[in-house]
Amino acid sequence: MSDLGTGFVDSSRLTRMSGPRRLADFLLRWESMLFFIFIAVFVGNSLLSPYFLDPFNLFDATFNFMEKAVMAMPMMFVILLGDIDISVASIISLSSLFMGMASAGGADTPTIIAIGLAVGLLAGIFNGLLITRLAIPSIAVTLGSSSLFRGIANAVLGDQAYTKYPASFAFVGQGYLGDSIVPFEILIFLATALFAGIVLNRTVYGRHVYAVGNNKTAARFSGVPVDRVRLIAFAVNGLAAGAAAIMLTSRIGSTRPNIASGYETDVITIVVLGGVAITGGKGNIAGVIISIFLLGYLKFGMGVLNVPGKVMNIITGVLLVVAILLPKFTDGLRARLRAGKAKSRARGEEKV
Amino acid sequence: MKKLLKRKETTLVLLILLLVFAVSLRAPGFVAPSSLLNIIVDTSILIIVSLGQFGVILIGGIDLSIGSTMALVGMAAAMLNQFVPSIPVWFFAPFSLLAGALLGGLGGILVAFGKLPPLIASLGMMSAYRGLVFILSKGQWVTANEMTEGFRKIPEGLTLGLPHMVWAALIVALLAHLFMRHTRSGRDVYAIGGNPTAARFAGVNQSKVEINVFLISGALAGLAGLLYVSRYGIAQNETASGFEMQTVAAAVLGGVNIAGGSGTVLGVILGSLFLGVVNNALPVLRLSPFLQMAIQGFIILTAVVANTLVDRRNKRVFAAGRAR
Repeated sequence: MSDLGTGFVDSSRLTRMSGPRRLADFLLRWESMLFFIFIAVFVGNSLLSPYFLDPFNLFDATFNFMEKAVMAMPMMFVILLGDIDISVASIISLSSLFMGMASAGGADTPTIIAIGLAVGLLAGIFNGLLITRLAIPSIAVTLGSSSLFRGIANAVLGDQAYTKYPASFAFVGQGYLGDSIVPFEILIFLATALFAGIVLNRTVYGRHVYAVGNNKTAARFSGVPVDRVRLIAFAVNGLAAGAAAIMLTSRIGSTRPNIASGYETDVITIVVLGGVAITGGKGNIAGVIISIFLLGYLKFGMGVLNVPGKVMNIITGVLLVVAILLPKFTDGLRARLRAGKAKSRARGEEKV
Repeated sequence: MKKLLKRKETTLVLLILLLVFAVSLRAPGFVAPSSLLNIIVDTSILIIVSLGQFGVILIGGIDLSIGSTMALVGMAAAMLNQFVPSIPVWFFAPFSLLAGALLGGLGGILVAFGKLPPLIASLGMMSAYRGLVFILSKGQWVTANEMTEGFRKIPEGLTLGLPHMVWAALIVALLAHLFMRHTRSGRDVYAIGGNPTAARFAGVNQSKVEINVFLISGALAGLAGLLYVSRYGIAQNETASGFEMQTVAAAVLGGVNIAGGSGTVLGVILGSLFLGVVNNALPVLRLSPFLQMAIQGFIILTAVVANTLVDRRNKRVFAAGRAR
């Protein structure tokens, strides 16, 4: 997309912002709507299955989506910047591969964890450097690196798997806090979310992210180090994928080349359903957090009802599309009502 | 002559020849006519779908739903053949083209009227169509002995000494070339990809172009799905999973600018052939087939970087020329 093109989009966004109350209203509506759907999912699931509304089950269900929740936090920054990273699931496979190798070589738990994080971070930096230094679109770079990273895991493992991990390593993904029913993974997510919230809302870096996402050119002319802001976002995104790799590998206790396949779609869906504009610059953390639990419990509820995973994929795919279409539709509805039939008639002629 | 040497396509032809030559040093049988024909037959499906992906990349988008569309149409065709064997075989060609066009067209509508970025629209369709394959087949496979003989022979049959698979690729390639170079709709695709704002002001209907490229990509993926299922004699849930990555690799390898606006049909065909030679060389060189994905990723990244550097140099030359 040319700079000229985005310039046009931004000017329309500015006119809309001239009524800040309406924008605030709209954001409020998106999150409250998400929250209502969340409640509806809860009530619906409890009515459909007696096993859903059980504290132990509800806490245990979070095991299935805490890795994605941790990944969604930095992905939110990447999408706010107007970029995308579809290599995160493949970074997990690469990171898990190296952890498996280390474990097979007799490494202890802290070393394995350090290796998992380091590989994720390096993979993220690799993406970020190609994207910012060579000015290649992030979609192209991460598409290629996605094949490359998982390809390396494929090449090394083939049809084999690493399944030997030290007993203490299992705590990260399977442990509970003390004697409670609260999984340790929730703590990891809460720490990540708190950190992300503070960085996004209370630091210069967070403001820079919104500035770059709204208008790269204007941000650059205002002295924002655009490329450094983007590089950091991709590096942290890789680091979080490394953390998710540790959680997932520890939880399932094995490394296969197809580990976490399809996670990138789920993570992007969480962020976009959370109200973050795919074009960048708009969205906040509250929506994303609601969206994490909404999607997580929706899938858990469907699982309790014996809906096959492949069918859940349809729902994820449709939700992703609807999440982007819906605000546009409600936004445009008022304008279209005002414009009346003249526009629809013109559009009808266009089709002929 | 100098101009010909400077073209990306020429470089690619030399690379392919070099690769074939290098492999033949280790395995002389690789250059036997039957082996070379086999590579071309093997690559025909990739050529067909890559040309669909080409159009979407030209407008600065990407179509990730190709593999799922292939699986869904392939499954629908195979099941139709399984349960109603009396349907004549020729019917499956228009059927798969049309079914694919419908699936792709939906993406086009989302992009053109929903203003969804192509990446997101096709990501959603990728999940949804893959799930639909499962619902349609209830998780069952359709294997070769459940297909009629005519259905299985679709890609193999010979006309004028060439397998139908190769004919399909040739016809699609020729039509794609004519469409892109010599029709107004084809030129509009380049215009939208080069500069959407300028193209709109010049009167190009952007929505129409977006729908066109997705329709074409879907139709070609549908046809490829039919060929895939009948050639490999199996339709299942994971058919052609991840095939879209190969099409992107073929396109960028063929010199198509991933940001849109430039690239040629010939380049895409050569890019596909290069990948085909690599894929066929792996078993000949006794290398693990598990290497394929890593090589593909490496090729995509190298090609994207090389294209960016070449384009940057060309732009500088162009700017210098303009400043005279």
